Amino acid sequence: MTAEATTPVLRAEDVTVRFTGRDATVNAVNGVSFTLDPGEVLCILGESGSGKSVTLRALMRLLPARRTQLSGRIELAGQDVMAMSHRALADLRGTEVGMIFQEPMVAFDPVYTVGRQITETIVRHEGTSREEARRRAIDLLDRVRIPSPERRLRAYPHELSGGMRQRAMIALALCCNPTLLLADEPTTALDATVQIQILLLLRELQRELGMAVIFVTHDVGVAVEIADRIAVMYGGKFMETGPVREIMRNPRHPYTQGLLSSTVHGSLRGKTLEAIPGSPPDMTRLPPGCAFAPRCRFAEPGCETPPAATQLTPQHMVRCIRAA
Amino acid sequence: MLNYIIRRVLYVIPIGLGVTVLVFALVHMSPGDPLSAVVPPDAPEEMVQDLRKAYGFDKPLPVQYVTWLGRVLVGDLGVSVARGREVVEELRIAVPNTFILAAGGTLLGFTLGAILGGIAGFFQGRWIDKLATSIAITGVSVPHYWLGLVLVIVFSVEMNVLPSIGMGPGGSTAWEWDAEHMRHLVLPVITLAVIPMGLITRTVRATVAEILNQEFVQALHAKGLFQRQVLVHIVRNAAPTTLAVMGLQLGYLLGGSILVETVFQWPGTGSLLNSAIFERDLPLLQGTILVLAMFFVLLNLIVDILQSAIDPRMSRR
Repeated sequence: MTAEATTPVLRAEDVTVRFTGRDATVNAVNGVSFTLDPGEVLCILGESGSGKSVTLRALMRLLPARRTQLSGRIELAGQDVMAMSHRALADLRGTEVGMIFQEPMVAFDPVYTVGRQITETIVRHEGTSREEARRRAIDLLDRVRIPSPERRLRAYPHELSGGMRQRAMIALALCCNPTLLLADEPTTALDATVQIQILLLLRELQRELGMAVIFVTHDVGVAVEIADRIAVMYGGKFMETGPVREIMRNPRHPYTQGLLSSTVHGSLRGKTLEAIPGSPPDMTRLPPGCAFAPRCRFAEPGCETPPAATQLTPQHMVRCIRAA
Repeated sequence: MLNYIIRRVLYVIPIGLGVTVLVFALVHMSPGDPLSAVVPPDAPEEMVQDLRKAYGFDKPLPVQYVTWLGRVLVGDLGVSVARGREVVEELRIAVPNTFILAAGGTLLGFTLGAILGGIAGFFQGRWIDKLATSIAITGVSVPHYWLGLVLVIVFSVEMNVLPSIGMGPGGSTAWEWDAEHMRHLVLPVITLAVIPMGLITRTVRATVAEILNQEFVQALHAKGLFQRQVLVHIVRNAAPTTLAVMGLQLGYLLGGSILVETVFQWPGTGSLLNSAIFERDLPLLQGTILVLAMFFVLLNLIVDILQSAIDPRMSRR
């Protein structure tokens, strides 16, 4: 990371998302704050249901407006996202921010060709001719290493393999040179060998294009591979954030420690893997204090009040009373 | 794609043959002698036998079928027993009349259904959805001959603003594009449109709601498309399912609704079937059913091809 303070690509302050239903209110995201510098790769790491995908979508205000209460401040490329009109938001999406989804099969419109879905985005945002957009799309497919791109442009999503589809999805997300790429578990639905290819491709494109990336995953190995900074999410909050090496070497939150010792990655042969006991919290009824306390082996009476964020170093934050 | 279309067109041959067998068999399986309607009960046995021979009813059924099929293939549907005229002639008058009625019913029913269903699907769970859904349920539940009668009572008898029966002034049986014929069209078209409107509203609502729940809609928003562009995507996704239902409905409407045509005394295929059944007019019945069934087959062919043109996944199945 460079030390010069540039204007951040993204600044999120106390972002909170609630889904209101007939029977219950789901507290999906409970006050997430962070900033992202240009070219920085942040990994949001957490179990399913921890609110990481919702956080990602909230940044673009992509959640269904009717059932969602979104609050906090989101500043993207210097603009206040929360105050934006629908039109301004639509202009921002696809240009400043691109998004990759977990399952390219369901994220592509099944009845349009892949090429059409890329070119319509280019034409929409840049007002280029169809022909020009098509040339750009071919370049993009080439860039994400799709062989015989001209032929693939005419293919429908179901005619491509899983890995190929995800590559096409990446091409789509990058088609208007975004400064920020949001990736929602882009490797989870793929075969292990394809996962690595996609990961390497993403890392390479990120370096080449210099864009900032927020990468959501539940896989510690993936996070280590791609991230500059990791944010560990639990119960809709960032429990610990810090540079990758710092988090890997010196995890301070019991949940982070649990996550690290429950994955195969980097553990020594013969060392037993430890699972975190219990299951993720019910987001409709979060405990008043630390959300992880019910599963934490170090839990103490003080955990019943929400732990404050402790800055261990300017970079390393942890939300646990034991660290304070 | 082209392969699929050729294959699909060739399917029409066995389907068509199957239809002719069914049409032939159905009519012959019904009890009673086809001649009993035209021959007086006290007619001499010899005359009955002669007539039977003249119509070919004395031969074994398979032979009758083959001769009938041979004539059908060259466009000869025989002579109406009760009316003494060519069946083809009768159909030439009735089919266009039914088409006019069906076209009106289709236009009204499909348009209303698509709009109501689209609105209901987009605003699922809100009052406007509940309103559209209740209109749809009412539409499919109301017996349409009853609705036809009520409309006649209200608009013809009480308010006296629209004609109650017939297709035009003075029992006209040939359609003309004038105001008088148009006025005769209003009530039967409304009556006919109600069921397809309800069915299509429900189909479109369910389809749109299902599509809106799919992730690609969020992905379309995520790439910054205008709302209307997203709408076009949704419509194209909803089209194949809707088309299938519309095709079937159009088939029913083209078949001519016996009930509606009878209530309004509309001189179409429905009326023709009605009288053919009551008069035990075998050739007319066979001919009419056959032609209507063939319309159905053809319509399904068109729908299938359209569907595969819109949704590329279809032609693989």
